[in-house]
Amino acid sequence: MVITFSGALTGILLTPVIGAIIILLLNKESREQARIIAAMSTGIALLLALGVFFGYDVDAANAAAANGETYFAFEDHVQWIESVGISYHLGVDGISAPMVLLTALAGFTGVLISWKIEDRTREFMAFFLLLVAGVFGVFMAVDLFVLFFFYELSIFPMYFLIVIWGWVKTREYAAMKLTLYILIGSVVALIGLLALYFKAGEATGVYSFDFVHLNEAARAGVFDLPFFGDSGVTTARLWFPAIFIGFGVLAGIWPFHNWSPDGHVAAPTAVSMIHAGVLMKLGAFAALRVGVQLLPDGARMHLPWIIFLTLINVVYGALIAFRQRDFKYVIGFSSVSHMGLVSMGFATMNLTGMTGAGLQMFSHGVMTALFFACVGMVYDRAHTRDIPSLGGFARKLPWVAVAFIIGGFVSMGMPGLSGFVAEFPIFVGLWDGPVFEPDPDWLTGSFNYYAAIAIVAVLGIIITAAYVLRIVGQVFFGEFNEERFPGVTAISLYDKIALVMLVFWLVLVGIYPRVMAPMIESGVRPIVSMLGG
Amino acid sequence: MNINWFDADYLPWLIMLFPLLSFVIIVLFTARSRIVSQFVALAGIGIAWVLSMVEFVKVVWASDAELGHEVFGSSIDWMTLGTRTFEMGVLVDPLTAYMLLMVPLACLLIFAYSVGYMRSDPHYSRFFAYISLFAGAMLTLVLADNLLLLFVGWEVMGLCSYLLIGFWFHKKSAYQAGVKAFMTTRVGDMLMMVGIGYLFIVARTLDFREILYNEEMLAHLASTPAVIFGGSAAALIGVLLVAGTIGKSSQFPLHVWLPDAMEGPTPVSAMIHAATMVSAGVYMVVRMFPLLSAGADFHAGDFSAPMIVMGVIGSITALGAAILAVGQNDIKRILAYSTISQLGYMVAALGIGAWVAAAFHLVNHAFFKALLFMASGVVIHAMEHGQHEAAEHGDEHLHHEPEQPDGLVMDYVPPANDIRRMGGLLDRIPVTAITMAIGGLSLAGFPLITAGFWSKDEIIADAWHGAGEGYLLALLVVLCLLAAAVLTAFYTARMWFMTFWGAPRTPAAQHAGIGSFRNAWVRSRWARARRLEGVAVSHQDRSSALWMEVPLIVLAFLAIFAGFIGVHTDFPLLGALDNPLHEFLGGTLLEHPTAVDFNWLPVLASSLLALAGLGVGYWLYGLRPLGAEDADPAEQALGAGIWRVLENRFYIDILYRRYLVRPAEWFAVNIVIQAIDKETIDGVLETIGEAFVWLGEFFKRFNTIVIDGVGDGIPGAIGSFAGWFRQVQTGRIQQYLLYVTLALLALGALMFIQIR
Repeated sequence: MVITFSGALTGILLTPVIGAIIILLLNKESREQARIIAAMSTGIALLLALGVFFGYDVDAANAAAANGETYFAFEDHVQWIESVGISYHLGVDGISAPMVLLTALAGFTGVLISWKIEDRTREFMAFFLLLVAGVFGVFMAVDLFVLFFFYELSIFPMYFLIVIWGWVKTREYAAMKLTLYILIGSVVALIGLLALYFKAGEATGVYSFDFVHLNEAARAGVFDLPFFGDSGVTTARLWFPAIFIGFGVLAGIWPFHNWSPDGHVAAPTAVSMIHAGVLMKLGAFAALRVGVQLLPDGARMHLPWIIFLTLINVVYGALIAFRQRDFKYVIGFSSVSHMGLVSMGFATMNLTGMTGAGLQMFSHGVMTALFFACVGMVYDRAHTRDIPSLGGFARKLPWVAVAFIIGGFVSMGMPGLSGFVAEFPIFVGLWDGPVFEPDPDWLTGSFNYYAAIAIVAVLGIIITAAYVLRIVGQVFFGEFNEERFPGVTAISLYDKIALVMLVFWLVLVGIYPRVMAPMIESGVRPIVSMLGG
Repeated sequence: MNINWFDADYLPWLIMLFPLLSFVIIVLFTARSRIVSQFVALAGIGIAWVLSMVEFVKVVWASDAELGHEVFGSSIDWMTLGTRTFEMGVLVDPLTAYMLLMVPLACLLIFAYSVGYMRSDPHYSRFFAYISLFAGAMLTLVLADNLLLLFVGWEVMGLCSYLLIGFWFHKKSAYQAGVKAFMTTRVGDMLMMVGIGYLFIVARTLDFREILYNEEMLAHLASTPAVIFGGSAAALIGVLLVAGTIGKSSQFPLHVWLPDAMEGPTPVSAMIHAATMVSAGVYMVVRMFPLLSAGADFHAGDFSAPMIVMGVIGSITALGAAILAVGQNDIKRILAYSTISQLGYMVAALGIGAWVAAAFHLVNHAFFKALLFMASGVVIHAMEHGQHEAAEHGDEHLHHEPEQPDGLVMDYVPPANDIRRMGGLLDRIPVTAITMAIGGLSLAGFPLITAGFWSKDEIIADAWHGAGEGYLLALLVVLCLLAAAVLTAFYTARMWFMTFWGAPRTPAAQHAGIGSFRNAWVRSRWARARRLEGVAVSHQDRSSALWMEVPLIVLAFLAIFAGFIGVHTDFPLLGALDNPLHEFLGGTLLEHPTAVDFNWLPVLASSLLALAGLGVGYWLYGLRPLGAEDADPAEQALGAGIWRVLENRFYIDILYRRYLVRPAEWFAVNIVIQAIDKETIDGVLETIGEAFVWLGEFFKRFNTIVIDGVGDGIPGAIGSFAGWFRQVQTGRIQQYLLYVTLALLALGALMFIQIR
């Protein structure tokens, strides 16, 4: 039974799927056609995503947020399995609309960057499109079952993309590690989700996976009741860590981060772009949507200690990145560090910090996609990623060098670029502390250590500058070794288009944050109001 | 729409817009053409200068009511988060106007100088793009009406500084120096960012109008307790902001980057590391002074925590850097330490509340130090020219050239920068020599006729006054600054005499020179007066000299006359100038600062000390100029041990490397990567993994033996039965017929039994 259907989101979801099907029907030798179809389908998805992004009604979202409701735009809502309360329900709110745009951007540029793949091009493109479709699905799902469905769906093509087209040395290990981590994390989260499903169903009489329904239940206080009989432990407090950290595994939360650098390194360039740029945001997004937004009381209890994990992420990831010899590992660990800032932004539990986290998700996604694209372009020509043996590539690949340097400045929070727009509110949010009155028995009560965390987290940003400059100095500047790297060719037009598209968004958001900040804020607002602000 | 383009609301925006526009135009369109790029850059900064002058005149002509807090400016919303809005806007108050007098002019002169200095560089256009971006960022910082935009300019300048120090990035030492500068200042920058964040939380705005011109807000900030470390919010924010200045203005203990930043081209040193960026650090604390001093009645000796930090750090830096400047032989490093020392003066001045004096010295210092740096650039050019000429004459092999090291090495001095290898340049580049002497006298604080004297004297007079009241902080400041004043005069004299005086000590110095009409003209008279017609002067390149000398002359003029606007009203004779600066700048503060009473003692003390320092310098290096084989008298006097300490910059750099950088790297490698990431986390997981492998192996065997035993047993049994049964089918018809017969017999037998 169709309830509402606007079609835009289904269109975004189906275009890559249709593209993948057409590609699989092609003749085995038709590589060029496969590429063109992949570019076209991701291109159409990108246009639709731009339409959704710019068509998003921020005022309506703010009006809904005033009542504590999350406003979903472009809803597609069709009943699916009514007996268990599963419906095909898509929609975007202020947080997910930029994420959909990010996915489309990374998907399209990923196809452009992979133009030269000659090994089983057809299969590569088809898997890649399926991966993109899965990621779209997660960001657009309002029904949590659908969210889960796509969450798992995006892992499956990822495995094959890494195992078949990845870096020969570690691909099997990395693909397995990644799949296991994410699957185990998601199973833990799924159990939590089921607990919520049954609790909400028990209390309201309606068993449904629909986020809107569960959110209403949460606001009615269903999850603040004891979980077992009369025991003191409420559902929210019991299940929050499972859900937040279960999804947080995909966001690279310490100490469950190790799948990510290995995975990034082993994956082919375009997959790394999606992987680090978008996939890690899936975890953060789901942790926010299912964890914080449904279980605000759990968040109030647990995020004050989880913030220490995120602090470790920030500093620790940066430190490790600083000492890597492998170019790609540096970027991999930098993602761990930057994703720590996202979770840290969530843990501030106020409007400013959480909006900063949302901006950081977008900013880091584009930036990391750009980084991996640059690494891929250098690696394709140098056939090594050993930082000390590279050098002077700025002369040979000036476009790549400039793009990498801009990405580097984004990552170290240079004003005028998106990184600053994202990181500054996170730090402001840290000073501000959570919106609710702290529990005097709990950590935040006696002493506001959030401010101290702000000061320590700054270390991470300083170290970020160090490792970025180290790469810039050793890979792009210095003397170029003609003998070692003969015949380095310039990058193609497709590569240039991809780089320019990514850089454009980093600069746009940096100079004119109003293009995105109010939207994210409108999505964060209902969450903050549930937390008590 | 009828837009009045000279309306003050637009004008400040335009001032900072033009250099940024030049940057964009050069990067996108004109990078291929050197000449066009050069003129685009010059036009951008030139227009900015003209507009700044218009703005300055407007501010000066504005009525008193408009002068102070009724500032010109406008702002736009940049980003809104909840009820909080980050605004981006511009503001022109007397302090900004005073900065506008200096910054665009200094930048314009340095741009013009760069045309000559960078002429032969292959990346000429890129250089002009970077310095245009830099100038735009500096103007943004000066014009910003809030801390956030100020921070934007601040960081972009840091970025340009990194790019420009490492401009010759193929040179490893240059790139390393760029990284060192960027990383060191970034430590301060990030603390500053945290402070800005906290200010935003407490004040709910970053706008200067609402914080600095708002008594209630300042009182609120001073009375709110800080979230950590105790004290008031204003104090915590203030200390964090001062940390930004310590990094940017190269104060102890983050001063280590500036001397190495001299690896950059000399115009960069003049602009970024003397006149503008390092001064911007001081400008920020000057600007934020009402906040830094909030809640403290410093006239009565009650200094706030940020002021104490500034007073102590500034004094230490002023004295320490002056001592180090004595022990340097690289002409640019002497100036770099001198800059650090002079910035220390300003920071210390703010520490004791000498606000006007700090701003005054900031601008004067920018003029004379830019002059000194640019003059040193001409000296280096002349020496490089001389080396080249000498090599052509085949003399140079007599003097062993030190091997150029790979990367940054502390005691390596490039031969063209080494004052021990100079001497006698007065006869070769007289215009530079004279302008540099003027700049040097201003730096040394030569009494009455130099700008440096008036501003330095004002700082010392304020500190003297405070010390007289019995304030310990002021006593520390006055002692350190007076000691630094002697040293300043001494190292300036040493530098000048070793460079220009006496006879050339090397063939390179013998052949040194850049030619121009003015140099030729001055030299001919000079030579006649000194009976030097016979001394051969090498053939010289005339093309770039004009661009390089005119800025020197303009700055030399300013190095003298920029000081007369700030003479104390009670000073005999010159007091008639009425100290317009104090009156003008004072309007910026909420409470109009009162000038301390005129006192002869500090004036005499600082004059005598300056003269004494210059005198000793003349006595050691001027009376009997250093010969080629002579040892440095300062080195002899101090002894090899102390000299070694100075050459090693008090071992601070080594200390940082050994005790901060290396342990951090060690920590990253051994603890984080190895111990935690590889061994613990991966180790735990591997143990779990191994356990699972073991469990898997167990299950595998269990599977094979037990489950498969059952599972495979049944089909196995069926299979073996079928195998056996298969033998029945042989394909022989006779045998099948036999089976049929047997079956029929059996059936018949069965039926027979049943019937019966």
